[in-house]
Amino acid sequence: MISAGIDIGSTTIKAVVLDDENKVLFKTYERHYSRIAEKLGEVLKALKEGPLKGMDKVPLAFSGSAGMGIAEGCHFPFYQEVYATRETTKVRYPKTDCIIELGGEDAKILFLTDGVEVRMNGTCAGGTGAFIDQMASLLNVPVEKVNDLAKSHERIYTIASRCGVFAKSDIQPLLNQGARKEDIAESIFYAVVNQTIAGLAQGREIKNNVMYLGGPLTFMSELRNAFDDSLHVHGVLPEDSLYYVAIGSALLAKKDEPIALDSILEKVQNYRNNENFSYIEPLFRDEKEYDDFIQDHAKDHVDSLPLTGYQGPLYLGVDSGSTTLKAVLIDKDCNIRYTHYVSNQGDPIALLKDMLLDIYSQMSEGAYIAGSSSTGYGEDLAKNAFSFDHGIVETMAHFQAAKHFLPDVEFVIDIGGQDIKCFRIRNGVIDDIFLNEACSSGCGSFLQTFASSLGYDIADFAKLSLFAKRPVNLGSRCTVFMNSSVKQAQKDGATVNDIAAGLAISVVKNALYKVIRCSSKDELGKKIVVQGGTFLNDAVLRAFEKELGVRVIRSNIAGLMGAYGAALDAMDLHLERSNILSKERLETFNRKVVSSICQGCNNKCRLTISIFDDKRVFIGGNRCEKPVTKKANDVRLDLYDFKYRLLRSYDSENEDESKFPRGKIGLPMGLNFYELAPFWYSFFTALGFQVVLSSPSSAKLYRKGQMTIPSDTVCYPAKLLHGHVIDLLNKGVKTIFYPCMSYNVEESHTDNHYNCPVVAYYSEVIKANVRSLREEGVHYLNPYVNLSERRFFPDKMYEYLVSTYPDLSPLQVRKASDKAYQEYEKFEKVVMNKALEIIDSARKEKKTIIVLSGRPYHVDPLICHDIDKLILGYNCAIVTEDVVSKLEKNPEPSHVLNQWTYHSRLYKAANYIVNQKDMQLIQLVSFGCGVDAITSDEVRDILERHGKIYTQVKIDEITNLGAVKIRIRSLLEALRRRELDKR
Amino acid sequence: MKEKELKRDKKTGRVIFTPEMKKDYTILFPMMAPIHFSILQRVFTHYGYKTELLTDTSPEIAQTGLKFIQNDMCYPAILSCGQMIHALMTGKYDLHKVALMITQTGGGCRASNYIMLLRKGLKRAGMDYIPVISLNLSGLEPNPGLKITLPMIRRAVAAVIYGDMLMCLKNQAEPYEVHKGETEKKVQQWIESLSDEMLHKDGYKIKVVERNLTKIAKDFDSIERDGKRRVKVGIVGEIYVKYAALGNNNLERFLREQDCEVNLPGMLNFVLFKIDNRIDDCKLYGGHRLKKFVCEKLFDYCTKIQNLFCDAIKNNSSFQVPAKYSHVKELCNGINGYGNKMGEGWLLTGEMLELAESGYENIVCTQPFGCLPNHISGKGMIRRVVETFPKANIVAVDYDAGAPKVNQENRIKLMLSIAKENLEKGEGK
Repeated sequence: MISAGIDIGSTTIKAVVLDDENKVLFKTYERHYSRIAEKLGEVLKALKEGPLKGMDKVPLAFSGSAGMGIAEGCHFPFYQEVYATRETTKVRYPKTDCIIELGGEDAKILFLTDGVEVRMNGTCAGGTGAFIDQMASLLNVPVEKVNDLAKSHERIYTIASRCGVFAKSDIQPLLNQGARKEDIAESIFYAVVNQTIAGLAQGREIKNNVMYLGGPLTFMSELRNAFDDSLHVHGVLPEDSLYYVAIGSALLAKKDEPIALDSILEKVQNYRNNENFSYIEPLFRDEKEYDDFIQDHAKDHVDSLPLTGYQGPLYLGVDSGSTTLKAVLIDKDCNIRYTHYVSNQGDPIALLKDMLLDIYSQMSEGAYIAGSSSTGYGEDLAKNAFSFDHGIVETMAHFQAAKHFLPDVEFVIDIGGQDIKCFRIRNGVIDDIFLNEACSSGCGSFLQTFASSLGYDIADFAKLSLFAKRPVNLGSRCTVFMNSSVKQAQKDGATVNDIAAGLAISVVKNALYKVIRCSSKDELGKKIVVQGGTFLNDAVLRAFEKELGVRVIRSNIAGLMGAYGAALDAMDLHLERSNILSKERLETFNRKVVSSICQGCNNKCRLTISIFDDKRVFIGGNRCEKPVTKKANDVRLDLYDFKYRLLRSYDSENEDESKFPRGKIGLPMGLNFYELAPFWYSFFTALGFQVVLSSPSSAKLYRKGQMTIPSDTVCYPAKLLHGHVIDLLNKGVKTIFYPCMSYNVEESHTDNHYNCPVVAYYSEVIKANVRSLREEGVHYLNPYVNLSERRFFPDKMYEYLVSTYPDLSPLQVRKASDKAYQEYEKFEKVVMNKALEIIDSARKEKKTIIVLSGRPYHVDPLICHDIDKLILGYNCAIVTEDVVSKLEKNPEPSHVLNQWTYHSRLYKAANYIVNQKDMQLIQLVSFGCGVDAITSDEVRDILERHGKIYTQVKIDEITNLGAVKIRIRSLLEALRRRELDKR
Repeated sequence: MKEKELKRDKKTGRVIFTPEMKKDYTILFPMMAPIHFSILQRVFTHYGYKTELLTDTSPEIAQTGLKFIQNDMCYPAILSCGQMIHALMTGKYDLHKVALMITQTGGGCRASNYIMLLRKGLKRAGMDYIPVISLNLSGLEPNPGLKITLPMIRRAVAAVIYGDMLMCLKNQAEPYEVHKGETEKKVQQWIESLSDEMLHKDGYKIKVVERNLTKIAKDFDSIERDGKRRVKVGIVGEIYVKYAALGNNNLERFLREQDCEVNLPGMLNFVLFKIDNRIDDCKLYGGHRLKKFVCEKLFDYCTKIQNLFCDAIKNNSSFQVPAKYSHVKELCNGINGYGNKMGEGWLLTGEMLELAESGYENIVCTQPFGCLPNHISGKGMIRRVVETFPKANIVAVDYDAGAPKVNQENRIKLMLSIAKENLEKGEGK
């Protein structure tokens, strides 16, 4: 019997016809550009006139994530796509153990042996075809070429793949530092592999017979190799690898009643979506309203005059941004004489050189560059390569430009290609900075991506949205989720115009509610300057004004404000002549790029070294200044470093085994052991154990445990614990101790003293998911303990331990407990004394003291990405929240339920520093930390009530240190200007 | 009341709900489980409180929540606080004669902080004069205008068990009913008559509870059912998204439309769990004898009520009898420790194990995106559940203001495809 199957995926429609023996008679593969009903009609017609010609009734079934709506609406037989895939595999490759399928927006792993199990990407499109598409456009190559590039890679960078957003922020600095596209292409594939394994395998091992399916894996051999390499398998790419879902539904259809082709076709053609998507009022009622709007905004502009013919000083500002290169040349009256705006195509240096040559060629006799300043992601690179006079942190550059248009500006919001930068101005200094480190929704590239995926260029797409009748209400959410929301809206019958307008509105909402998190329109003030290329889109500007109910300033150079600000900054330098490379020197300009691995410390940073004209060297990829200054970091004033070393010293691994009658006990160095290691070390040492700490955290150690992580959205410090436990097992340690702790130590001024749920019970996750802990001879000790019940602790501990160690006596445990409590107190005291010493020295040396606040485990250099070292480099000293909180004797009552020990320290620390002129607080927040949703608001509140600046740094497995630098530099710059103002 | 008449807590500045307010204030509280909450509401009415259960489910609720509540907060906070603030903004209420009420467990999960975030949200919305009442048994934030008394607790426990009974039998009868709508009609009738009893009579007393449960069991057993085999799906998860249709995109309705029988483990288990936690804490960490004694009394009382519920079904109907708390706890032994008490703690794992054991091996494990306790007891334990019951077919679904329904349903559909296959193979008994 002949049967047919149709698979409607997120981006394509695939159809097959099978013969009696289940051989493929016919197959077709087409993109549907979200016009599903239309395209499906065409496919059905092709089937009817082709392979199914002359047949009235055929067994036919549908499948695919985007097919659910139409199949349900028309009452067609429908099979879930993974189920269909499994059916095909059962027939064709019954021995398959595991299928990895990547699609346009879906990623799946299907385990077939030992109980069918499927993992799908639920809330995240990282690691899918869409992700690779995005990355290709970032590299400025067609997606097919990524594979070719990857073939000639030399090295692999670590790139986050959780979300395209993170990856972009990893790739952009690499490109700006001059990394090779070949290496980045390969790195992208490894990022996809990591995402698939970490996000989907969730603790199950991928092994034996692996099969690859779906577009990206079919077309990209290097991606398959990356999977093979990481999984240590030889996966197969079967014939018809694109059609497994369609074949599966055709196979399943054979069990169903044949259905009449004509009726299907008719239903599809008459398929009207239930047009019940939620929508908002139109942006403009009519053309007239639009014209008035345009005229009104035309008032804010700066004059553009020709460069040729001008005589006198010129000031150059360059903004080397994440995706674009922007430059402005102004004259002594701040008129624009030259502008440049190009996509940086991954190679800003070459473009800058050409641009400078172009400027020189247009300059008349008597004109000269009197000052130059660079800003943006590529600030340092550009500055080093061409000898710019000054570098300015991008927030400041934008502020300079905004002031030019509105001297008493209160709020600046810049929406660029991939980043949003907003800041508040209070008393003439930048006060609050909001950056989108975790999320790129609400950025220009987001609109661009949608425009091109729907087949429009961005300008046309913007026009479509202006007069949309019913803009789709897409809410404020991540790009990745937005894809699916758009899909749903299309399913419900929204037009392209409605979607375009809806997207413009959602960009604004994202910026306002996700990045700035404002709750009322008054919060931003009345004097707002909007800038960034995205605001050149009238729909976005209109949506912004409508949402806030305020008229805002958008200049005619909205897309060039960073560069304009840098040019103004160059003018402020008051130089006679700029030091920038002359025309002659440009003509002989050359550069070499070398990559190497820094041997300065355990981080082994991958460095990209650019050498210009054989003398000026620029080093990128470094976390600290060590490879640049060739000097060891000055850790004298770094409490992070001190604490870390001190904690690591509680380890007897290298001591003589014979001293320890009870043998080895392993402590995984993660989560609250970063504070309690001294306690447990002393406890077990007193009982006669040789205490072994797991090795220092490293990417390699993390990967060892990756397979056993059950929840991909838990915070990175928790995920890292898996690697530490496995590291101990690999060291041959058979007894591992990691307790459950609902409660932490009790400290003053709190409502309770809990641990957060993850810290409290992660031990249970380890037990359930690290299978080797249940092997013969391995003891995993994870009692529930409560250190704040000191009276009962020894007896309870004895009760627990005696079952494994029957010869223990209650007295021994009691004595060990006493030692443990003493050691913990001693540890606290040593850290406190060091902190006081640092504060003292810093005050003598007039350094700013940064209270780097987070959790005890943030001192792990892998978790905090050596941010402490980075801050030290700005002439600051570092202490931590735990010590500072103890200095605060009388904190204000908090506005939240203050029930977690670690978190209550943040409030106390904040309360303390508001009275210390030379102390600033920077809060480290681990991505996915639910509790910090509460603490960050409260800490900000405390600081701002007292006129202090709140700075938050979000950290994850991968952290874009570029963004971290902006925050820290802006903070320091704001402090500096405040200080200047006071004088 | 005017600002100067308001009484504020000296330390925190929160508005206190005073006995005067009790007279003419309407207390709004957010919806979670419709059957339970409708009956519970009458408990408050009985004690002279004017209350209103918010039933609105419009999309603006999530938007309002996102606007006024920290966006990285869990979805239940966004929704429940959003539902309340949205209600205040409709203009339906005299804002100076209205109070809000929300539960607070005092546990180590973020949920204990909802109330603080709600107050922050009200402040942002310029309505910080509205009193917010914390409903808890931990002695947090006392309000002289609302006193929880022992008889009130007994009435509340009765309301919960009535809710559990109606929900349990409805779920078992409705998919199989021959006369469409018959079950729902009975549910509504019972809600009415039980509420009435709560209001005027002594419907909470052990004898009466026993009599009522028996009547309910007999009444539902009389529903004519088709006896066809259907896919049986259990729902577990964070309590709000587990029960609230607003939180789980109408999961129950979706599953019913897919012709499944749905099993939502009852709410009394959660009550027992929260009491039992305190007893286990004393056992694990020592001390607090008085606290332990009081909790044990309360625990015994609730256990007695639960036994009545199980017996009523067993003795008066052909419906499957839900597992008792003690059995769920026993199943969890050695898998997830009893000291794991934050959020749903080990109970969530226990419920998955119990469902898998009792024939509801197809399970949707619901959680708000980024729910902290669920990393441990939900997703973190699925592996162990499947190791223990290899037939278990579990899908974990995250709910969030941005997670689109179409993806959630697709995931669930896959779980259902395998469930159907198992059913056809005759394995899914």
